Amino acid sequence: MASAIFFLDLKGKTLLARNYRGDIPMSAVEKFPVLLSEAEEESSAVPPCFSHEGINYLYIRHNNLYLLALTKRNTNAAGILLFLHKVVEVFTEYFKALEEESIRDNFVVIYELLDEMMDFGYPQTTESKILQEYITQESHKLEIQARPPIAVTNAVSWRSEGIRYRKNEVFLDVVESLNLLVSANGNVLRSEILGAIKMKCYLSGMPELRLGLNDKVMFETTGRSTRGKAIEMEDVKFHQCVRLSRFENDRTISFIPPDGEFELMSYRLNTQVKPLIWVECLVESHSGSRIEYMLKARAQFKRRSTANNVEIIVPVPDDADSPRFRTNVGSVHYAPEQSAIVWKIKQFGGNKEFLMRAELGLPSVRGDDEHGGGMTGGFGGSMGGIGGKGAKRPIQVKFEIPYFTTSGIQVRYLKITEPKLQYPSLPWVRYITQSGDIAVRLPDVA
Amino acid sequence: MSNTAGGGDSKLFARGKVAELRLELNSGGKKDKNYATKKIALKRIVANMTMSNNDMVALFPDIIQCMHISSLEIKKMCFLYLVNYARVRPEIAVNAIPILEHDMEDSNPLVRALALRTMSYIHVREFVAATVPLVKHMLRDSDPYVRKTAAFCVAKLYDHDRHMVEQSDLIDRLNSLLRDDNPTVVASALAGLMDIWERSDAIKLTIDYTNASKMVAILADCSEWGQTYILEALMSYVPQESGEASLLAERIAPRLSHSNSSVVLTCIRVILYLMNYIADQKQISALCKKLSPPLVTLLAKGPEVQYLALRNALLILQRRPEVLRNDIRVFFCKYNDPIYVKVTKLELIFMLANEKNIDEVLTELREYATEIDVHFVRKAVRAIGKLAIKIEPAARRCIDLLLELVATKVTYIVQEATVVIRNIFRKYPNQYESIIGTLCEHLDSLDEPEAKAAMVWVIGQYADRIENSDALLEDFLYSFQEEPVEVQLALLTATVKLFIQRPTKGQELVPKVLKWATEETDNPDLRDRAYMYWRLLSTDMNSAKSIVMGEKPPITAESERLESSTLEEMCLNVGTLATVYLKPVQSVFRSARPRKLIASPALQKQYLANDIETQKSISMFGNGSQPTNIDLRTRNAVPSAASPAANGGGNLAQAVNDADAYFSSIGTQQMAAMRIDGGDDGFGGGGLNGTGYVVNALAPQAVLQPAHGEGSNGDLLVL
Repeated sequence: MASAIFFLDLKGKTLLARNYRGDIPMSAVEKFPVLLSEAEEESSAVPPCFSHEGINYLYIRHNNLYLLALTKRNTNAAGILLFLHKVVEVFTEYFKALEEESIRDNFVVIYELLDEMMDFGYPQTTESKILQEYITQESHKLEIQARPPIAVTNAVSWRSEGIRYRKNEVFLDVVESLNLLVSANGNVLRSEILGAIKMKCYLSGMPELRLGLNDKVMFETTGRSTRGKAIEMEDVKFHQCVRLSRFENDRTISFIPPDGEFELMSYRLNTQVKPLIWVECLVESHSGSRIEYMLKARAQFKRRSTANNVEIIVPVPDDADSPRFRTNVGSVHYAPEQSAIVWKIKQFGGNKEFLMRAELGLPSVRGDDEHGGGMTGGFGGSMGGIGGKGAKRPIQVKFEIPYFTTSGIQVRYLKITEPKLQYPSLPWVRYITQSGDIAVRLPDVA
Repeated sequence: MSNTAGGGDSKLFARGKVAELRLELNSGGKKDKNYATKKIALKRIVANMTMSNNDMVALFPDIIQCMHISSLEIKKMCFLYLVNYARVRPEIAVNAIPILEHDMEDSNPLVRALALRTMSYIHVREFVAATVPLVKHMLRDSDPYVRKTAAFCVAKLYDHDRHMVEQSDLIDRLNSLLRDDNPTVVASALAGLMDIWERSDAIKLTIDYTNASKMVAILADCSEWGQTYILEALMSYVPQESGEASLLAERIAPRLSHSNSSVVLTCIRVILYLMNYIADQKQISALCKKLSPPLVTLLAKGPEVQYLALRNALLILQRRPEVLRNDIRVFFCKYNDPIYVKVTKLELIFMLANEKNIDEVLTELREYATEIDVHFVRKAVRAIGKLAIKIEPAARRCIDLLLELVATKVTYIVQEATVVIRNIFRKYPNQYESIIGTLCEHLDSLDEPEAKAAMVWVIGQYADRIENSDALLEDFLYSFQEEPVEVQLALLTATVKLFIQRPTKGQELVPKVLKWATEETDNPDLRDRAYMYWRLLSTDMNSAKSIVMGEKPPITAESERLESSTLEEMCLNVGTLATVYLKPVQSVFRSARPRKLIASPALQKQYLANDIETQKSISMFGNGSQPTNIDLRTRNAVPSAASPAANGGGNLAQAVNDADAYFSSIGTQQMAAMRIDGGDDGFGGGGLNGTGYVVNALAPQAVLQPAHGEGSNGDLLVL
């Protein structure tokens, strides 16, 4: 429950605001930039909500904007913060990008949307597809037709009736990203697979869909024997269209999809996975004037798969210069703007192993107490929350492996029925694995 | 995309003159097809309103004229204007009432709802009075979109004029909307009722099992926000039987798989709440198992949601530790986590650390202690020291790591380490003195009062074992007069300790210090303590020794756990702002309705009694004689009927409140000084005092919290 919503530029100047409850003077917003900078001076750990003189400020940042909500009550903070994110999502779909300029360019529609998306501080319809049916500049020209879509108050609040396609198609993208934290001595501290099934749905009418996965729990509950690998998902989250109780009962994923693109579900697996691209690094400092990096990268997946666009980003000291590289594959370049060297390998075959050696000069002689480019520069360290240049950064690894999922998840079937129209339809499935957040901590300088 | 017609309007953001705009608004006449000219003029006016150009008020009569035009676009702009300026010129605004009334009879539900919503936003007596009869009618509108709007309308009207609403039958009518066959309407009615209930003692909100069951049944047919409202309302249901509670918990559990994090967190809140009424331990364990994965998944969301999840994990870990028996590794920091996330993760790592995982934890903390952010590094160092106190068998390893960090000579690390090592000495007297030598090597890098005071304490305490303790103290005493009071107090006590342990070495220093501290200071605490020592030393050396060098009460690292009544309250508020601040709700939200576990035959007392503060928990729930059919009136009466313990809690909240109000008005500098006066009992004369054994008694809280008083980010653990 929010009393008012504000859009501010980065200096804290209000661009547009909507007052929903009138219990907080709108001038309270003027305190926001002051409080924020005071808090930042005090500590680098400024949380996304704070309170001052009985008024609570909840905010998120997006491009060159702050979205701010004020409230006096002990309100559902998750709800408010999420609503602000939804506003970003909806406005981005409406205006392509949400930034200072787009606020001014579309202020009339923004007021309309704010009036529709929240009432008396309570979030209402936040589905942009549905909103677009009755809040558009164009709809005003067709005056009479603008009515609240049934979806606004219907049980199926995400899809309108009467959608027609000549060719009925569904595209499924199974996208997995791998998050890894590896210690300097090569121990995998944390590994996690975050998967998502994204859909592009171009189907007529009110189709009923049922999706079958090689879900271990489902096989177990239905007593079916497992042919091939079944996967065990630690946690699953569904788009609001999926019938959750049905899933809870017999693990059936059944739903009436929204029209167009959306994320049907996301899942998380905690299984210990070996890093698909294993990186080892040695750092050697030569009398403080030169620093040398020796990297070994190995693809730990089957020979028939290939990782594309592999990038290994190695942080180096800010003031390093005169870089020299040697490698048996790909290209290496120095990126001083991010204080890193970047090793790019277009195609990295399974089971292959490559080496790279980099040498950089260090203009200033420094003490031997330096820990991987971190500590000595550490004074006055308020970096606004995100590790800046001088932060102790790990090696990052980026890649994409098509036609492959780390977890082994498989779409067994996607059944589509539209009882009234009974059309034939085509589901398409693609799999891809991406690097998520892969961090290999740098070893101490030898 | 539809924004082709819109967009590009930033050119309208030019300060407009009233006369020009009026002319533009009224120009065109019949030639103005589709009111194109009017629309542009209105946009200009709205743009000016957005820029807070209050000259626009002068256009009120012209705007009223425009409201008659049957164009939705024009209407919306006029209504926006009306909502914005009605309170400035109520006498003109009232002319809009007939137009709004007329619109409420429009055949288009969008127009009816818009008119009603607009009218109810206006806090002007005439508008409120006119809206009341209209809402009654609209609550029975044929279109659910209008009924949903009307439901929130009642809450708005209650906000404007509660007496008028109470005298009408609006709340009853809103109540009967709960039987509506449209789930969205029901959820909106619940949200409206909860909003009113939150502010009023006059209404009851009784949800029995049948009601609760019905609410759960429509959950799946509501939008994500509707689901949140229903789940929140379920917190007002008091289970009378254990079976009811577990059945309901089972039925809402599927919501944990919702992609909306707000639904998930609110569902976690309700399940945690229902667990208080479930007798079967197996069911409790099964539910706990269900809560864990969704909580961990929230950590993969954006930083704001992550932070909320972490703050709530701190609570859940204390109330239901089995939920987070998970691998501690999920809380390991990513290098690019925002600092506020890292700091909270650090607290969780500290809480989850045990003998089994300590090696892994220390490796991780060592990593953090060499990061760039000073605030975070300090907390990491402090955490290492506190782990030495928390996990006895690992003390040696923690201390070794601290010494390794001290060897980096980074001043803030050395100072932080010095402070925690002092506490380690308190915890393990006569065990790790060998490290004193290492500490003494870094005396020069100490420039923060807290670190200095800690070092001085060590020197005083071990004056007989540090060969040159007198010389070291003398060095410090050189600048006695310039030191902050915290250090002066430490020096005074340390010098006395030196004298007691090694009279020959201390006999020159003591009189000097006592003289400074009694004659050349304005600080009453310093003076009083000096006089006390003076008398003590001149009366009876033996008693002086037993008092000054007396055994100190043990310290623990666990004492920062929330008080059980606060913890209970926090758990009833999972996902709300209070869980971010981790402070008693009333201390931040003065007018908030207190939430307590309501007694019922199903309420499980014994589990709560396991808490540290057994007595308080028991007396808190000692309302066994309450009638079983509890309504909100009795609920409201609970705090006052409860035992002194609960009242004590209230007073504490009040005290915290007052203190916060006070501290928010003074700078951190003074605040730090305040703390020193009040809170230095951890050392020096420590043994005599009854409080302050907490490791963090000396934590520089002012540094850790944005000093915005009441709502500042109250870290649970001051690491």
